[in-house]
Amino acid sequence: MAQSSDNAYHDPLSGRAPLIVGGHDFHSLTEAVAAPLERKTPLGWWLFFIPSLAMLGLFGLSIGWLFWEGTGIWGLNNPVNWGFAIVNFVFWVGIGHAGTLISAILFLFRQKWRTSINRAAEAMTIFAVMCALTFPGIHVGRVWVAYWMFPLPNQMAMWPNFRSPLIWDVFAVSIYGTVSLMFWYVGLIPDLATVRDRAKTHLRRLIYGIFALGWRGSHRAWLHYERAYLLLAGLATPLVLSVHSVVSMDFAVAQLPGWHTTIFPPYFVAGAIFSGFAMVITLMVICRVAFKMEDIITVRHMENMAKITLLTGSMVGYAYGIEFFIAWYSSNPYEFGVFVNRAFGDYAWAYWIMVSCNVISPQIFWFKKARTTMAILFVVSIFVNIGMWFERFVIVASSLHHDFLPSSWDYYSATFWDFASLIGSFGLFFTMFCLFCRFLPMVATAEVKTVLPGADPHAGEERIRIEPGAATVRPATEGAG
Amino acid sequence: MAVIDLLVPKLPDTEVYGALARFPTTRALYRACEQVRDAGYTRWDAHTPFPVHGLERAMGLPSSKLPYIVLATGLGGAALGFLLQTWVHTSAYPLVISGKPLLAWPAFIPVTFELGVLGAALGAVIGMLALNKLPMYYHPLFRSRAFERVTDDGFFISIEAWDPRFDLDKTVALLRASGAEEVEIIPGERSAVAGGGAEVEGGRG
Repeated sequence: MAQSSDNAYHDPLSGRAPLIVGGHDFHSLTEAVAAPLERKTPLGWWLFFIPSLAMLGLFGLSIGWLFWEGTGIWGLNNPVNWGFAIVNFVFWVGIGHAGTLISAILFLFRQKWRTSINRAAEAMTIFAVMCALTFPGIHVGRVWVAYWMFPLPNQMAMWPNFRSPLIWDVFAVSIYGTVSLMFWYVGLIPDLATVRDRAKTHLRRLIYGIFALGWRGSHRAWLHYERAYLLLAGLATPLVLSVHSVVSMDFAVAQLPGWHTTIFPPYFVAGAIFSGFAMVITLMVICRVAFKMEDIITVRHMENMAKITLLTGSMVGYAYGIEFFIAWYSSNPYEFGVFVNRAFGDYAWAYWIMVSCNVISPQIFWFKKARTTMAILFVVSIFVNIGMWFERFVIVASSLHHDFLPSSWDYYSATFWDFASLIGSFGLFFTMFCLFCRFLPMVATAEVKTVLPGADPHAGEERIRIEPGAATVRPATEGAG
Repeated sequence: MAVIDLLVPKLPDTEVYGALARFPTTRALYRACEQVRDAGYTRWDAHTPFPVHGLERAMGLPSSKLPYIVLATGLGGAALGFLLQTWVHTSAYPLVISGKPLLAWPAFIPVTFELGVLGAALGAVIGMLALNKLPMYYHPLFRSRAFERVTDDGFFISIEAWDPRFDLDKTVALLRASGAEEVEIIPGERSAVAGGGAEVEGGRG
């Protein structure tokens, strides 16, 4: 990493405020992060965990009934052959994107404030991708041949069609999940070693020890480790941009008015980051209070996230506007018809929920007071979560329900089992997140320590430029040798 | 047995593994690393709870070779991905779909890219672990109680006994002179096998 200290701690030259408040040193930071793992399970945790587990049970039930009875239990009809399953899939993949943005893209941009929230955000990514991957797996109708999605040799000598965006999607999302998991685990290794070294019982030492891989904090190892981390960040950045672009091509490559637009890839990526940041805010508003981490996940962190939410929300609003403009400007009556119908037709209610939640509600973040008030952050983030789910619903349902022929028009409405699988997927997500908060260090301790005062061996010394590659340059104040 | 051999270090069978010194701050560690480097030691290491940036200069370490591994595995993954798709569509299952050519290479780019990223990411993680000789569940340094602080707030230098310049008294004196708060002699394999005493802690996991 760069050795610049400009965003690292209070620096009289730049006048920047410290990232971590409360006068933490290395040890107190370890204590603060390890505390939720080491104390007795608090009652509040159960209050979140039990309802989540119940919702997960509902997920299991709805999937079981789906497998038994078939996709007829859902509200699908002809022409709306894609319903909640694809809406939920796109919604969850989108949620995941903020985690990668925080862990990879902000890392490449040297945004050191990310260190406090990147672990939890990456965990969120992995759980969101788990939720997302469930839906393509279960929605295929004949689940026993779901393996046809993969290029596996089979007795029919049949292979998938690699010229279709649907197979690109299988690769993009599953590889995204795999790479996110590896990135997350690499980041966890030093912190798992911390938990291992603090363990009071043999079992604890054994379990965390296995996952810590015998990490000894050796600088020779840190050298390769940091390079691996940088490379993974560099790989995850184009990957995350490609994933939602590929997801959008599931729609954009189709010839359907309302889907067949070139704006989809960037518009989907902006929307994904937008929804993901909203979910990070929702989770962090609760976690920072529940686990007493207000010093580590500070108001400044929350404010920065609110700013990104405002930016991406406005980008999404711009995309809604330009989509409408192009529909009119193209002079294609079908295209424009779909868009007028979207805003004023049968699904107008969904469209205006989407616009008010996604475009209007984040505008309150122009005010610093709103960006720094936890209650407002929480409420707006919930609005955005709702709005972004509706965005995908609008794209899927309103484009499909009016076919080219008015005789095939129909209205799609969800059944109980559609809602059960939506609520159930939240159960999976929150169950995993509760387990994560209880058993893994929620903050990347080793990374946060690098932004504390005292981490820089040259702090306070006269600044000299060290040229890269000059292996033996030492500070001028040095007399030893 | 073979798997276990991979997970433990291959170290000389000696009474003493080496000297372990703890320093109070990153600055003290940095200065001490420069002194150990200048004294000509080669079989030594610094241990810190977080990456201390620039310490490799004080230690005189070359930069990581990992990017070459990642480049190779990334290009390998991408090539494999492209070949898979080409083979499927031109040889294994040649089927004209919506009038597209069999070798519709632009349509193969997304999967080629994704598999390239997968190859590179696997290369980065597995390559990093291999270069660092991890996992390694047993190491003499884990015998030290003081060393547990290495993942919390302790900054350490360890010098191995089979370093050509290692001399128990002189090395300890050097570490003390360079600002160590405490210096400890870590027992080696031979004394550990012989039931090396009360301070010997079992492995860590």
